[in-house]
Amino acid sequence: MNYKNYLRWNKLPHIWCPGCGHGIVLGAFLRAVAQRELNKDDVAVVSGIGCSSRAAGYVDFNTLHTAHGRAIPFATGIKLSRPDMKVIVLTGDGDATAIGGNHFIHAARRNLDLTVIVFNNNIYGMTSGQFSPMTPHINFATTAPHGNFDYPFDLVELAKGAGATYVARGAAAYPRQLEKAIGQGLDHEGFSVIEAMSQCPTYYGRKNKMGTAEQMLKWQKENATVSSNPGEKIPLGVFVQVERPEYTKLTGQFIDSVSGGK
Amino acid sequence: MSGRFQVEIDPAYCKACRLCIQVCPKKVLAQRADGKAIVENPDDCIGCQLCEWHCPDFAITIKGEKKNG
Repeated sequence: MNYKNYLRWNKLPHIWCPGCGHGIVLGAFLRAVAQRELNKDDVAVVSGIGCSSRAAGYVDFNTLHTAHGRAIPFATGIKLSRPDMKVIVLTGDGDATAIGGNHFIHAARRNLDLTVIVFNNNIYGMTSGQFSPMTPHINFATTAPHGNFDYPFDLVELAKGAGATYVARGAAAYPRQLEKAIGQGLDHEGFSVIEAMSQCPTYYGRKNKMGTAEQMLKWQKENATVSSNPGEKIPLGVFVQVERPEYTKLTGQFIDSVSGGK
Repeated sequence: MSGRFQVEIDPAYCKACRLCIQVCPKKVLAQRADGKAIVENPDDCIGCQLCEWHCPDFAITIKGEKKNG
């Protein structure tokens, strides 16, 4: 199936700014779904709040646009009641690691079979550029006019530490690699996290004098790498891929054991 | 070798971000007066699809014999 058939064309053009990386990430995700020929009715896409979370409205699956940071709890409910469904969470850096940070680490700990795609634009774009837990140290934001003195989360390390069984990072500047990383996450049984680096020319780029969307994409291309020897660059690729019992399987067995299979 | 691929751009969805123009290795695309992308050298397209994959607005479709999915 052509990946563009998974879009709700009557909702497009989307609200994202010209040159925003979120559309590139969404396209990579849809191509990964199209390659697997997933049926629209067998997929549930859940999102929270923020620029990234508008994505759920543009895709023609079962979709749920929920409260800020709470995409994973809603997705947990869907997955527990319908373990046969492919449940995907589209979220942002702020939505996943600040407001929903607690939900994120506990879903990882449980190894629930969700695919979580974190659109990381390093800022809260929708609400005009406040710094997020993933805004780099001494980078600027509307609420950090002299530079953000906090150190950011490394989402890959966070997910790894919390127990996610598939962890990868991709970037809008490398759409083919991103598509493959998302695809492997969809195939993996267990909690899969894919960080997708995305450019925000309107707030993050402007506040940090990174120039146009073109220049930001070029920056990504030069400062992130798919190489196994990344050096000082941001590494892209698959960092964790391990097998561990999946949560809905365990709950199913547990319910059978206490109810005697009735 | 020319004309094996067709580059289709829907101006209704193009937001004039120029990413497609930047990533095209063959300078197939250019900007029209209002900033939106147009196909200037259609015969030079090699079907790499970089413009399609980098278009955040789903405005570009490459048709023809494809190398990749």
